[in-house]
Amino acid sequence: MKAINTIKLQIEGRSVNEAFSRTAVAAFAAQLDPTIEELSDIRTAVSEAVTNCIVHGYRDRLGLVYITASLYADNRIVLKIKDKGCGIPDVEKAMEPLFTTAPEEERAGLGFAVMQSLMDKVSVRSKEGVGTTVTLEKQLSRKEAASKC
Amino acid sequence: MPVQIEIVDELCIARLIGDIDHHIAKELREEIDQAVLRAKPKELELDFREVSFMDSSGIGLVMGRYKLMQEIGGELRLINIASHLKKVMVLAGLDRLAILDKPERKPTQKTQQGGDEA
Repeated sequence: MKAINTIKLQIEGRSVNEAFSRTAVAAFAAQLDPTIEELSDIRTAVSEAVTNCIVHGYRDRLGLVYITASLYADNRIVLKIKDKGCGIPDVEKAMEPLFTTAPEEERAGLGFAVMQSLMDKVSVRSKEGVGTTVTLEKQLSRKEAASKC
Repeated sequence: MPVQIEIVDELCIARLIGDIDHHIAKELREEIDQAVLRAKPKELELDFREVSFMDSSGIGLVMGRYKLMQEIGGELRLINIASHLKKVMVLAGLDRLAILDKPERKPTQKTQQGGDEA
């Protein structure tokens, strides 16, 4: 299926941009007329993914975070959040709840668990030394259809 | 300032303000810990009334403060948690660590309220 609308954002991986990225994606997602809860879920999932790029992907250096958001006619949103950072040696391990490589920063190790609980699909593609792409997908409720019935 | 801290007798109240994310968590943590280590309260209350957003960085913040209160022999209480924040907290099992309370209590009524988790 072809997307009905797409945006691409490229942001410097500074922690101050975490708020910008989740707010920008939420503003775009608003075109699908999501519920407040759905919008909150999207905002939180984006925040987790972008924070991962900054904290883990780039760790002690500044790199770029690439966000692509696409809306589909069946009320779906698909997000790709990518870094060109260090990559994840063991994706399965990284996705385990409470696993973190940054405990000194009080990272709870729940980023992926939160994304999985708030979104319908979460997939991770990563290569050491190349970077990581997290794809998030959420099916939003169809309010017009429901109200017409 | 993303947090206002008030100390009343043996209760330390930290009113969190705005978005809690990775960017702001360090500052919150330092402010709260400084006050707690100075006052050594019996109870630390984190008030989420003015919190507009929270991701897992907030979970890390709560878990860290829970540990700190354990170390000094006190309790942690979370109050005024909106439903969208609670979703993330319950997912992380914070309801098992700290006392989650909806209504705000007056500091003088602090005894015998909330869940008695064993």
